[in-house]
Amino acid sequence: MKAVAKYRLPSGGHIDRSQLLQFSWGGRTLHGFHGDTLASALLAHGIHFVGRSFKYHRPRGIYTAGVEEPNALVTVGRNGRMTPNLRATEVLLTEGLNAVPQNAWPSLDFDLLSVNNFLSPFLPAGFYYKTFMSPAAWWHKRYEPMIRRSAGLGCASGQADPDSYERRYAYAEVLVVGGGAAGLAAAHAAGQSGKRVVLVEQDWLLGGSLLARTGETIDGEPARAWLAKMQRELAAMDNVQVLPNTTCFAAYEHGMWGLLERLRHHGTEQDKPNAPRQRMWWLRAPRSVIATGAIERPMVFANNDLPGVTLASSAATYANRFAVKPGDRTIVFTNNNSGYVSALSLIEAGVEVKAIVDTRPAPSGAMAQRLLECGVTIFPGHGISRARGWHDLHHLRIAPIDEEGVAQRGGVLMSCDSLAVSGGWSPVIHLPSHQGAKVQWNEEQACFIVAEAPAGMAIVGGAAASFALAQAVQEGATAGASAVGATAPAYGAIHGAEGALDCDSIAWIKGKRGKAFVDLQNDSTAKDLALAIREGYESIEHVKRYTTTGMATDQGKLANVNAIRIVSKIRGLPMNEVGVTTFRAPYTPTTLAAFAGRELDDFLQPERITPLHDWSVTLGAAFEPVGQWMRAWYYPKAGEDMHRAVQRESAAVRESVGFMDASTLGKIEVRGKDAAEFLNRVYTNGMLKMPAGACRYGLMLNEEGTLFDDGVISRLADDRFFISTTTGGAPRVLAWLELWLQTEWTDLEVWLTSITEQWAALALNGPKARKVLQPLTDIDLGHEAFPYMRFREGQVCGAKARILRVSFTGELGYEIHMAPEAAVSVAEDLMETGAEYKITPYGTESMHLLRAEKGFIIAGQDNEGTTTPDDLGLSGLCSTKKDYVGRRGAERAGMRREDRKQLVGLLPENETLVLPEGVPLGAGELTPPFPILGHVTSSYMSPTLKRGFAMGLLRRGHKRHGETISALVKGAAVPCKIVPPMFLDPDGERLRGEDA
Amino acid sequence: MLLIPCPWCGERAEAEFTYAGEGGIARPKNPPELSDQEWADYVYYRHNPKGTHHELWLHLHGCGKYFRVVRDTVSNQIYGSAPMLEAPPAVPERKEV
Repeated sequence: MKAVAKYRLPSGGHIDRSQLLQFSWGGRTLHGFHGDTLASALLAHGIHFVGRSFKYHRPRGIYTAGVEEPNALVTVGRNGRMTPNLRATEVLLTEGLNAVPQNAWPSLDFDLLSVNNFLSPFLPAGFYYKTFMSPAAWWHKRYEPMIRRSAGLGCASGQADPDSYERRYAYAEVLVVGGGAAGLAAAHAAGQSGKRVVLVEQDWLLGGSLLARTGETIDGEPARAWLAKMQRELAAMDNVQVLPNTTCFAAYEHGMWGLLERLRHHGTEQDKPNAPRQRMWWLRAPRSVIATGAIERPMVFANNDLPGVTLASSAATYANRFAVKPGDRTIVFTNNNSGYVSALSLIEAGVEVKAIVDTRPAPSGAMAQRLLECGVTIFPGHGISRARGWHDLHHLRIAPIDEEGVAQRGGVLMSCDSLAVSGGWSPVIHLPSHQGAKVQWNEEQACFIVAEAPAGMAIVGGAAASFALAQAVQEGATAGASAVGATAPAYGAIHGAEGALDCDSIAWIKGKRGKAFVDLQNDSTAKDLALAIREGYESIEHVKRYTTTGMATDQGKLANVNAIRIVSKIRGLPMNEVGVTTFRAPYTPTTLAAFAGRELDDFLQPERITPLHDWSVTLGAAFEPVGQWMRAWYYPKAGEDMHRAVQRESAAVRESVGFMDASTLGKIEVRGKDAAEFLNRVYTNGMLKMPAGACRYGLMLNEEGTLFDDGVISRLADDRFFISTTTGGAPRVLAWLELWLQTEWTDLEVWLTSITEQWAALALNGPKARKVLQPLTDIDLGHEAFPYMRFREGQVCGAKARILRVSFTGELGYEIHMAPEAAVSVAEDLMETGAEYKITPYGTESMHLLRAEKGFIIAGQDNEGTTTPDDLGLSGLCSTKKDYVGRRGAERAGMRREDRKQLVGLLPENETLVLPEGVPLGAGELTPPFPILGHVTSSYMSPTLKRGFAMGLLRRGHKRHGETISALVKGAAVPCKIVPPMFLDPDGERLRGEDA
Repeated sequence: MLLIPCPWCGERAEAEFTYAGEGGIARPKNPPELSDQEWADYVYYRHNPKGTHHELWLHLHGCGKYFRVVRDTVSNQIYGSAPMLEAPPAVPERKEV
């Protein structure tokens, strides 16, 4: 058996002394007990000094015993499970736990950057903005890396997290946040109705402040016995779910709550190797009881950050819950009654309290009397003007103060090794504030409270500034009962902490020397706040941002109210006029992986594949993602790279025949007696006179008059069409068409059905297309029998098919639509009958190249948000005889200016060059800065033209054919000839193809 | 996350819906006769009120219907919803705070 740690009390505490645990702290092997936090185990060994501060690298100790901890940030775990910036006060001690301090180099005891502390006159509030101004180029190269190195938190492991994170959606009638006395009473009262109740507690133990105190009784029994009874009874209620280790980190609209449940602690991974580490709950609960308690505030005085200084209630928690004494000689510094409660509690646990320093001139009452009887010296009307020490606390200067909190001459120097401070209490009102609750200053209890709880929420106990135990329990029971429409159970006698704090308005002792910290985590001082106000940052939101007070990972849980108090004093304004900064979710730092859950890697997005996907895989295709679809990009043969494959595929289509999987085209069936009228209103071209069996290429505009989507419309019958959309645009187009039908033209009888996945499609293109397809179909493919832009129904390879004679390549083309089940056998038959013509499957890249040779646009690539049909040279597709969506928009003066960006063809003078897509266009040498006149939208090497060619949007482009323009390629101006965007077969003779 | 009352499906989570803009905006009957400014008023200009707002929502991952919602943009309180062919839900008189 190892020797008991020096500061461990001989008995008491909610720890299991039979389970001795070994852990590592910065390489040192230490021991603690099951039930300890990392912080309590360190304190048991007398280790207060655990980290260096953010900016000045000052030694810092464990300040609190909970989630509000600003100083004791540590890195826990190894390899992929290494987690930085955990609060040592929240980390459950486990066997073999590995923890290291942060922000110190080379070591905690000897940190080179602690020189910052002496450079502090040069590091005032806002020093980033003032100092690192020029030269501008130094910011990224010098200043930022330097600041990052010196002002650091922990580091990420750089390795993948091996654990999994879960998500759950749930519903409860009542959510109770906080498992202290008030929350337990609420959950118990609500649970008895049989309705669904969820109780969350961020700690692994229920009980809240009951764990930190002794001698309290509820219903006539000791608080510990009552706690055990409540837990037993709640566990027995099937309708009540108690979630310890769970933080309610956010309140959202309409009773939505974000809960983070920590299922495994560091060091317990081997117990259940496949269990998730954390679970994110999205809980809908229309009613809630907020029993989140309150957080004690520090006092602000010189060197109030020395290791050995803790919150008074935290000192009491360490003594009573963990059986650890904060030191051998403790002094309490308070401005309210709760400092006396903590002092008495420390004495009862066996800690020597030397003195109480109280800012109030005449503290009295039973507690003061009892402390005097215990031999404690009380200094009324005094403050601590300065603490002394370096790595630990040595002395305190205790001085009389005036009404403004200014330290006067005189007083005493007293030695001690721990100081417990209380500057009042701040109710935890974050969750109601997330929902916009108005907050107001309560003078009586010296804290901000919620003025009016949001609908469905009840705020009870410490969270409502009801600090007396009896009041907290009664409020909890009443709120829990009324949330389910029941009457509150009556409780018997409750004996515990008194409620009235009698809190002094002085929480800042103004001395002559030393740093008086307001925000311990971000190293901002009372002096910084004064400076910000002097420099004109008066609003509390500005003061916060300029000094970074309250902007660290603890979000100012300790700092904010003191900062507001100091601003209120300096500006001479009441607290309510200074106001609070906005509370935002999450309440405490929340793991990003828990938000992501299982939506990682392959599960990040659903992947849509076509019926021909596997067939393309067997041909060795490379794929590219288009929206959620995976499309065959090119089909390389052995030894081919992408460029060579694309050149071969494209040449094959021009010279003979090829086909492409076009199944991803969006397809919508439009049906009803007004279908033609409807399409006539949403497409730019006329649809009314289109005969059954005809196809048309159409543009859709938005009401601004710019291109929205394009596709082919085929008329199946008088009352029946089917339209195609771009691959990525199908859901958007369908929702948009529905918008018109449902909201604007409600009198039209039209129904829309998505048929994208009901029809597979192959695009067969090339002069020999007819020869290949004719043997496989009963449809007469003759040029006169089945002309261009017509549509036929029949059989292909024995399967029912729709064939469209359309072309996106400029060659004779057939788009074959068939049932998905038939696609593979049709593709295989095409390969067989096409073998004598060397039929070539081609991918999206060749399709892009082939269409660009003909100047066909890809909606979304060759246009931008302001491009009209006229800009694209497509005004011929826009009817002048009817109104349609977007017509009036495109007719506005600005949409018809001559200097708009318009689509042009571009031929680089260097024929071997392929312009990179996206590069800017301008005149002359392009010496920066130069006016950007446009950009390249599509660019390829053409195997047919034997040269590079491109399309682009260019100002006044329509009128510049024949001129030369420069493209900026790798810093150099590349001259290009401007030509019409049509590089091949302008008269469309190739569309006829060869006869069968 | 809002809880939105679809007139056809009942209350569902916001994730099932898509916001479709301000409600009650009718397409002008006579576009060619409108000035550029009048057209811009229809296409671009919106009320963006602090308070009661008539808006359209689409139950995209549900029944696929567009419908009317009246929501308070400050409190997010939803006063009700209605099918497109009915009048927007009435707003209770504002109580003074």
